[in-house]
Amino acid sequence: MSVAELSTGGFDIRRLWTDRRYRSLLFQLATLVVLGVFIVLIVNNVIQNLAAIGVNYGFGFLSQPAGYDINQQLIPYDSTSTHGRAAVVGLLNTLLVAICGIVLATILGFIFGVARLSPNWLIARIITVYIEVTRNVPLLLQILLWHAVIIQLPTARDAISFSDTIFLSNRGLTVPAPIFGDGFSLVPIAFMAAIAAAIVFAKWAKREQEKTGKIYPVFTINTAIILGLPVLAFLAAGSPLSWEVPEMGRFNLRGGIPLRPEFVAMWAALSFYTAAFIAEIVRAGIQSVHRGQTEAAYSLGLRPNRTMRLIIIPQALRVIVPPLTSQYLNLTKNSSLAIAIGYMDITATLGGITLNQTGQAMEAVMLMMSVYLSISLLTSIFMNWYNRRIRLVER
Amino acid sequence: MANTSYEVGKHPDLPPPVATVGVVGWVRTNLFSSWINALLTVGAIALIVYVTTGIYGWAYLRADFAGESRFDCTSGGACWALIGARFSQFIYGFYPVELRWRVNLAFVLLFVALWPLLFTNAPFRRYTLWFSAAYPIIAYILIMGRFGLEPVETAKFGGMMLTMIIGVTGIAASLPLGILLALGRRSDMLLIRILSVGFIEFIRGVPLITLLFVASTLLNFFLPPGTFFDLLLRVLIMVTLFSAAYLAEVIRGGLQAIPRGQEEAASALGLSYWKSMYLIILPQALKISIPGIVNSFIALFKDTTLVSIIGLLDPIGIGRAALADSKWQGLGPEVYVFVAILFWICTFAMSRYSIYLERKLETGHAS
Amino acid sequence: MKQAVSALATAGSIAFLASAASAATLDDVRAKGFVQCGINTGLAGFAFTDDAGEWDGFDVAFCRAVASAIFGDATAVKFTPLTGKTRFEALKSGEVDVLSRNTTWTLSRDADLGLTFVGVNYYDGQGFIGRKALGVGSATELDGASVCIQTGTTTELNLADFFRANDMSYEPVPIETNEEARTSYIAERCDVYTTDASGLAASRSTFENPDDHMVYPEIISKEPLGPLVRQGDDEWADLIRWTLNVMINAEEYGVNSGNVEDLAGGTDNPEINRMLGSEGNMHEMLGVDQTWAVSIIKNVGNYGEVFDRYLGPDTPIALQRGLNALWTDGGILYAPPIR
Repeated sequence: MSVAELSTGGFDIRRLWTDRRYRSLLFQLATLVVLGVFIVLIVNNVIQNLAAIGVNYGFGFLSQPAGYDINQQLIPYDSTSTHGRAAVVGLLNTLLVAICGIVLATILGFIFGVARLSPNWLIARIITVYIEVTRNVPLLLQILLWHAVIIQLPTARDAISFSDTIFLSNRGLTVPAPIFGDGFSLVPIAFMAAIAAAIVFAKWAKREQEKTGKIYPVFTINTAIILGLPVLAFLAAGSPLSWEVPEMGRFNLRGGIPLRPEFVAMWAALSFYTAAFIAEIVRAGIQSVHRGQTEAAYSLGLRPNRTMRLIIIPQALRVIVPPLTSQYLNLTKNSSLAIAIGYMDITATLGGITLNQTGQAMEAVMLMMSVYLSISLLTSIFMNWYNRRIRLVER
Repeated sequence: MANTSYEVGKHPDLPPPVATVGVVGWVRTNLFSSWINALLTVGAIALIVYVTTGIYGWAYLRADFAGESRFDCTSGGACWALIGARFSQFIYGFYPVELRWRVNLAFVLLFVALWPLLFTNAPFRRYTLWFSAAYPIIAYILIMGRFGLEPVETAKFGGMMLTMIIGVTGIAASLPLGILLALGRRSDMLLIRILSVGFIEFIRGVPLITLLFVASTLLNFFLPPGTFFDLLLRVLIMVTLFSAAYLAEVIRGGLQAIPRGQEEAASALGLSYWKSMYLIILPQALKISIPGIVNSFIALFKDTTLVSIIGLLDPIGIGRAALADSKWQGLGPEVYVFVAILFWICTFAMSRYSIYLERKLETGHAS
Repeated sequence: MKQAVSALATAGSIAFLASAASAATLDDVRAKGFVQCGINTGLAGFAFTDDAGEWDGFDVAFCRAVASAIFGDATAVKFTPLTGKTRFEALKSGEVDVLSRNTTWTLSRDADLGLTFVGVNYYDGQGFIGRKALGVGSATELDGASVCIQTGTTTELNLADFFRANDMSYEPVPIETNEEARTSYIAERCDVYTTDASGLAASRSTFENPDDHMVYPEIISKEPLGPLVRQGDDEWADLIRWTLNVMINAEEYGVNSGNVEDLAGGTDNPEINRMLGSEGNMHEMLGVDQTWAVSIIKNVGNYGEVFDRYLGPDTPIALQRGLNALWTDGGILYAPPIR
């Protein structure tokens, strides 16, 4: 409704205050004005402040050479690359540690959550102590502690080696790097094909079951397809894979894939910290499913593992997924603490070195915030979608 | 003995089999109920023995408790001498020694002020609540030094004292803001709702450390030229905004739990929006939100450690400064373990309180 | 974007005639009664807290000299410890009035960051320190090494340039503060540690067995360190610049904290007379009291005194004057005349 329309109906100025609708409009208008004034004031201040010291505003610095090196890079990067590329390298490092952390934290969290409900008194107690200790100590401390412990491992020269292929030292964990030969591309193609086949088979099996009541061992067969097909492809292509085993160079181990202590400390700290929270979520989820559900399933003749898979887990997940989402988001945001131990994530590249070297603090911090905001939004969109998929369909 | 015969129905009750009662029974059912469980139990015992002897040996048996520098620590275990030498810094930072009574007094008064807030059955609650309301001003005067007390620069604040200042100010200042945001998010005014949701989701979507970067590098640019805030004040502003967004979500949960009928009944009685909120809805909603608020506080308390990254001297900052001293280099584990214990005591106590509250409030609802 | 912003700004400035930008830093400083000085969070010899929690050191002394020039009182100064990350923002935003924090004078910082360097109070250069056990005699043999480095400084740019120029690979181990970088080096997280040569000497002196470590002969960069101020207030920059020049000139003319009061009455040397205010009106040109230079030298000392007190051979840092000797003694320290 427009203002003109409103004013025709015998409009009285007092109605602005007495009528709820007008009052709400008035209030919103006032808010808008105050907000506008506030923004203008801030922008004005920023411009005055920047003008007073003659700083160039803009994102041009992103296309200038960065000039510094980054020790962990998932895409090619050297000191002649641009600040923009350095930011991307940092972003990939953030995502790497976040994804690795989410995977490990989920696995640990589910194990701990189930173990806390274990009938074994001792196991349940140990897990309880672990959870209470981990949850109540600031994450930053745990990261620093992991890092402090890791750099007290033996030096690279005296690295602990596991049959001379995997090395552990205070320079991190070095594992052999795979070298892909010709024809290796067949393997990922086979893997994709196997997944597609597994999905088709699962759908077919479900249809058959609904039609005839016959239950196929879908899980076993699909596992066999997904694992077997790539292996077959690998053998068919003539095993085109060799390993580059790390060996001691003059200073460091050469070759192989190094997992740097900074990465390992971040990964471990994030995973073990978040796992404690996930364990509690999982416990609450399992406990939320009424025991009657199990009994009812048994009385329908379902066997224990099918009861678990078809009755308990779907109901528990409904309770587990929403808080799990926020734990994943927390873990991703917490990965920004990497800066404390020098893991080169986006906070350390864009928000750290680039910010320092270029002095474009405003732009760097704004860009960094929008990156995290986008990650958060994308994750919650995905998890909301998943949550909708598994929610209770009420009829 | 076996031949003793009883009349039918007169046989005395026999004790249950030894294996099902007492210690043996308990052990059987809880630790060795199946062979998998037995295996787990043995493994767990081995783990406990390994970990505790390791920790005990490092932290006590082979540890040094006194000394002037790390060179005095010769036993090979932990070197707690560092903690002894810098203990007062871990608590007060660089606050002048002769003025520390003011911090102590403010800390004690904090509990006096919290008493009527935390325990609804405290005596003279009506009057002591006034003290609680006045407490922020009193604490400010005491700690900063106003009205004749010798002023102390905020740059000298540090240690647990700084953690408490940031945590308590953050949660106290963010509560009103959080309530407004929660109400705004449920408002039927579109603009207000959009603004509240936008603010809450923005703050919750970015890591606290980026907000602290804003505090340390950008906030002064937003102020009129020539005005500057102290770094601590800037940090407090950002921490308050941060915690307000999270509190808003907690309080929204509380608001959602109040049946719509309450609001409709209040309207039917002719109460205005603010009156119905103030008199009817919020008292109920806040009451059920209290455990959540305490949990937010615990989270905020732990998050205050991040200020060490932007150069404030909270216990971690103090610890890292001590490690930078060549006398104490390489004692990271000792420092971090000590600070961890410090934090653990505080947060664990608070989480117990939160659980106690949850139980108490739950029974309150049922009756 | 820029247009929209400036349009908003115009609207804003019409609506709110905000307080005029404070160009006159000296007036502001006078009004508040102290100088706010940005310093390092801790660097042996340059800025550190003594047992009483008071700041002291080579860079701190310069802050006290500025306070002496303005107020005649070396204690009319407050310190803001700044990290490599926060230092420029603190200066630009006006949180500190002057930054005296071993900052390298470079073109981009001078021209692009909105800062003005007023001079050089320490000529430094970046070097490497490593364990003798490595069997390395030169920084050019460091191919494949791990290098501990403090982030947010010019050192990491020099490092990248050096290894690129010599076609060597390395693993940078970036660490936020100097001390932690040193700690990581001690723990052998990295093979060598790089920073300014003065810092290397200072660090080496704190090691358990200094003789197990060696500083490699290569100096890979020029690091002229000096105080700096915001761009756009030339009067303030002039005052800071000439505070430094007075300290250097005083050493050249043999004026020190012991004899300055005697010499202030007037001498045969017109240079000294102009500096100490018994001849001419140099102080009026800078807008300070007549006794400004006397206060600086009396309260803080001349350049040589300050150097000896915090960095010289009698301190644990034990640095030689080297490049930082006066030009008359074979160094390159050369202050313009007071005329």
